[in-house]
Amino acid sequence: MKSLEELKAIREKMQGQMGLRSESSDQIRVVVGMATCGIASGARPVLNTLSEAVQAKGLTNVAVTQTGCIGLCQYEPIVEIMEPGKDKVTYVKMTAEKALEVVEHHLIRGQIVKKYTIAEMIG
Amino acid sequence: MTELSLNVLDVANNSVRAMADFIEIFIRIHRESDNLMIIITDNGCGMTGEQLAKVEDPFFTTRTTRGVGLGIPFFKQAAINTGGSFTIESSVGKGTKVTAVFGLSHIDRMPLGDMNSTIYTLITINTHINFLYTYENDGKRFHLDTREFRSILGDVPLDAPQVSAYIKDYLDENQKEVDNGYYV
Repeated sequence: MKSLEELKAIREKMQGQMGLRSESSDQIRVVVGMATCGIASGARPVLNTLSEAVQAKGLTNVAVTQTGCIGLCQYEPIVEIMEPGKDKVTYVKMTAEKALEVVEHHLIRGQIVKKYTIAEMIG
Repeated sequence: MTELSLNVLDVANNSVRAMADFIEIFIRIHRESDNLMIIITDNGCGMTGEQLAKVEDPFFTTRTTRGVGLGIPFFKQAAINTGGSFTIESSVGKGTKVTAVFGLSHIDRMPLGDMNSTIYTLITINTHINFLYTYENDGKRFHLDTREFRSILGDVPLDAPQVSAYIKDYLDENQKEVDNGYYV
């Protein structure tokens, strides 16, 4: 069995590093649809990939969260990116691979991955 | 849904929306009695008798974005199709308990699938909620209790990268020890 001792070691290593997470006004919100329609279409790996990539890249200004159904079930999995002062971007029919592209281009470099947006996908 | 672990994620999300701060997920595989039991219990807002009577109806939902609610009907049908059973108990202000029993060797039973991924998603996305996950396979079991983790971690959050990596390893290693990598 994996022991809780390891968790104690993690705590000791991380203490003092906390409080780095910003809740500032330039916070970017990444929201994944996780209702029945989203989950059935593959939202779980999309959500896990996004939150792991955001942590791995140290993007402290990005918060990954979930939401329910937004009424566009046929385009799930859906990922919305809300950035203060900018229009909301809605990515549709997402996969874990596409999610990594979005992290790399949109979240890190600020370039919208147009080919996966709802406007491009449904014309 | 392609695997039961996705139904569990979906039904547990109902508990999240019911404002639960404690959710228990119990999985029991028992070959002798040839069944797989899944119980999801929460301390959320609960349902009235009227809502409870309608909750298994796919054309009933409290949401406003679409007119159907398929989470519970899907889960129920998946259980009934295997000669199993499905019950929901709920009381307002106390919480809800969903119990699904599946015929383990029934040809129509969906695979349990990646339960660890479901638990990992629930814990790391709902850091304000405590989870107790128990996985039992023919009498051998392990559990993950975020209350235990929190008491060790203090103010270090469950979604901190090192912690979430630990949670993933904890689930994978302990499950393997319990079922020897024999997934149902």
